[in-house]
Amino acid sequence: MATVKLRAPLKDLAGGNREVAIDGGSVGEVLKELERQHPRIVGWVLDEHGRVRPHVNVFVDGERVREDAAVAQGATIHVLPSISGGNG
Amino acid sequence: MTELLVGTKKGLFVLEGDPGSEKPFEMKARAFPGNVVEFAIRDPRTGRYLASVTSGHYGPRVMVTDDPTGDWEPTTGIAYPEGDDWTVERIWSIKPGEADGLMYAGVAPAGLFTSTDGGMTWELNRAMYDQPTRTDWQPGAGGLCLHSIATWPGDPSKLAIGISAVGVWLSEDGGASWRHGNQGLVPRYVPEEAREDTIDLCVHNMHRAPLRPERLFMQFHGGVYRSDDAGKSWIPIMDGLPADFGFPMVIDPADPDSAFVIPMISDGDRVTVDGKVRVFGTRDAGTTWSSLEAGLPQEDAYLTILRQAFGAEGEGPELGLYFGATSGDVFGSGDGGASWFSVHERLAPVNSVRVA
Repeated sequence: MATVKLRAPLKDLAGGNREVAIDGGSVGEVLKELERQHPRIVGWVLDEHGRVRPHVNVFVDGERVREDAAVAQGATIHVLPSISGGNG
Repeated sequence: MTELLVGTKKGLFVLEGDPGSEKPFEMKARAFPGNVVEFAIRDPRTGRYLASVTSGHYGPRVMVTDDPTGDWEPTTGIAYPEGDDWTVERIWSIKPGEADGLMYAGVAPAGLFTSTDGGMTWELNRAMYDQPTRTDWQPGAGGLCLHSIATWPGDPSKLAIGISAVGVWLSEDGGASWRHGNQGLVPRYVPEEAREDTIDLCVHNMHRAPLRPERLFMQFHGGVYRSDDAGKSWIPIMDGLPADFGFPMVIDPADPDSAFVIPMISDGDRVTVDGKVRVFGTRDAGTTWSSLEAGLPQEDAYLTILRQAFGAEGEGPELGLYFGATSGDVFGSGDGGASWFSVHERLAPVNSVRVA
């Protein structure tokens, strides 16, 4: 089980939960399961092809990774907006 | 009172005022700060507000609310099939259809999505997506976008859509099949010997006259056109305009001979001609055009008015006209363009203007 930590607006889309405990062997699996548990988050972190959006950063235990990275038991996953993604 | 939905590079601004007073409108609400609002409308059938919002981080989606001063909810379904190489980048247009709950959304890269529940869930139009030429479609400067959706009053089977830069597409079976409607359009940016067969046709805006639905007006990438055969063929009507380039276009729904455009210097510059902000209107189907400029800046005013940044309400002598510029200025007229006033100054760059 990994702990996914969320900030607004993702936190709000996940029912107000700052932390969600989720099983999964990879970042992609964990985020897909997050979408299944909280359907309002579909399309916000992963695009329609299951890729982490270009301007979203995912950190697993402090290391920035993409969707294919492995997730160990007890890992902490932060999902954050990247500094590159603002609008002008 | 008139309520304006102004989509900008920095969120949605809801403005409210009385066009008869010719005073600036009050700001009723601002939503989606920091996000690009490409387009926003209020569905007149339900009162529901729908906004196309693009987050720089979390991508594009349609958001809905019954109260624009309150919370908005995300909708679902505007996404290309998993495994393809297309990803939805922007949602350019949202249009109520001609059946209960029926809505359309046009996106970039160019695709059409349909909703049958008033915009809460969306589904890709496969017939357009599966066009064999799709891999050859070329974008305009604003991207490969499906921006214009012309419904046929009372008949949901008939549709015309405009894509930059893949021309006009027509359907008579509710979008189950499509065919081109490009005869007569002249793409001057394509070598003459290649024009006959090209589908690189950069439609900028297209509207249907509801009282004479076989008639459509179009602002093209160099040219203004009219069709009297439901979009099958087009005739040029730009004589009398100071420039034939531009993006915005509206019509008076009560007058099938009417169209209003805001000409801009050619595609290399894209600002109002001669430093004068002027709307040009026709009431004779494009035979003649009148400059509608009273109250608009007429000196050293080089504004860019984007494709969706021109909206209208009402009809006839009381036709309301409203447009916004990338300068953040919004202008309005409550008398069909005879006189204009400043609706608001110094907003963020304006992407869209619609009357709620």
